[in-house]
Amino acid sequence: MLKKRIIPIQLLLNGRLVKTRTFGDWRDVGDPVKSSAVYNSQNADELILLNIAREQRTIDMLRTVIEKVSQVSFMPMAMGGGIASADDAAELIRTGADKVVVNSCAYSDRAEITATAEQFGSQAVIVSIDARRDPDNRSFVLYSDCGRKLEGVPIKEHVERCIAAGAGEIMVQSIDRDGTMEGYDLDLVKEVMAVASVPVIAAGGSGNYSHLKDLFLQTGVSAAACGSLFNFSDSNPIRAKAFLTNHGLNFKVI
Amino acid sequence: MPSAPVIGILKMPMGNLRSAYNAVYENGFDPMLLDKDGAFDDLSHLIVPGVGNFRAVMQHLEGEGLPARIKDFAASGRPVLGICVGMQLFAERGTESGETAGLGLVHGTVERLPAEEKSLVLPHVGWSTVTVHFDHPVTDGIKPGRDFYFVHSYALQTDNPEEALGETEYGAPFVSIVARDNVVGFQFHPEKSQSNGLKLIENFCRWDGRC
Repeated sequence: MLKKRIIPIQLLLNGRLVKTRTFGDWRDVGDPVKSSAVYNSQNADELILLNIAREQRTIDMLRTVIEKVSQVSFMPMAMGGGIASADDAAELIRTGADKVVVNSCAYSDRAEITATAEQFGSQAVIVSIDARRDPDNRSFVLYSDCGRKLEGVPIKEHVERCIAAGAGEIMVQSIDRDGTMEGYDLDLVKEVMAVASVPVIAAGGSGNYSHLKDLFLQTGVSAAACGSLFNFSDSNPIRAKAFLTNHGLNFKVI
Repeated sequence: MPSAPVIGILKMPMGNLRSAYNAVYENGFDPMLLDKDGAFDDLSHLIVPGVGNFRAVMQHLEGEGLPARIKDFAASGRPVLGICVGMQLFAERGTESGETAGLGLVHGTVERLPAEEKSLVLPHVGWSTVTVHFDHPVTDGIKPGRDFYFVHSYALQTDNPEEALGETEYGAPFVSIVARDNVVGFQFHPEKSQSNGLKLIENFCRWDGRC
């Protein structure tokens, strides 16, 4: 059986590491190259780096960062934010990324997903899905373009069409929980798990190890992405896995 | 052969040369990237990385006249390492997109993993355990039962257990480390497998090619 994964998720703005709350209100939390070196020494399973700049959505900054990060971090790395074409995706993969993360194009241009999956394999494409709870609190609505553009498509239909287009993994992120450290939105993750035939990564809300335990045991996801948990607290992937192993979860052995 | 290790990494049509380069560099060596016109005679060690389709990559090598250069290098007794598809190319034949002759540096055939029969997804992506079957300089210092990072759908099957240094199971057992004389190959990505992966690369770079 494949091992569960703990994935530090690092948000980038103008080359700096930042952390947001509910997709706004960012704080500077350091240098992404240094933090990636630390995560390497803490045996994180993978890294995700996302450019959250809302202007100048190009891959230039990501390319600069991956060149440096791939010198200090020897694990699979995914990059996203501002990937506008399959050529952009190929450029990042050639520079050191193992996977790309796409979001907005999954609504507007799924041919980009297909082209990248055909060139590098479906495992190289993560489709990220950002969702907010509906005001009535009973259903979820999807947003693209850094949480700014409302998308009308139901979540299950979107997951299915992304997988059909070639997505090898789905990352589902709760905008409401982002940076709150109140725990993952398990209802949201379960909705995606119900239809996803590929591995699912959950993001948004991790604040302590019990949140990770609840996520893995109640939803069966493949991976937990953690931002604030590692940015702001004394927690790290080694301790997280030590805690979770006591609850019967399997992680890689280094 | 130079007295100090001079590590060469063969340029391949696709994939992530940078990561292999960085992993060698991290171990204190300054690797050379080389193509068909490269100075193979100046190298002490050769690394053949690679991702992609067995047949397409083999056709690329043939178009460049590289199979003879790799075989000559291996015949000289200097250490040769293949990573992922680079390892697969060392086999006698591949079956991806039709049967294709490989370089024949090790015994066996590269076949599609029978994962679907066991309801497992292909490609096999993630951290899986490598069982090391016997002592070898390249696996020196690796503790039993460690995990390495895999991304592949095809794998080496061999009738020569003395060459199956490492074994992994995904749907069925397959050869995850192959070793024959001065040739070794990893099906997983040591350059993405953190400390144990870097240790394997260091062992290779310090190896004289003798068992």
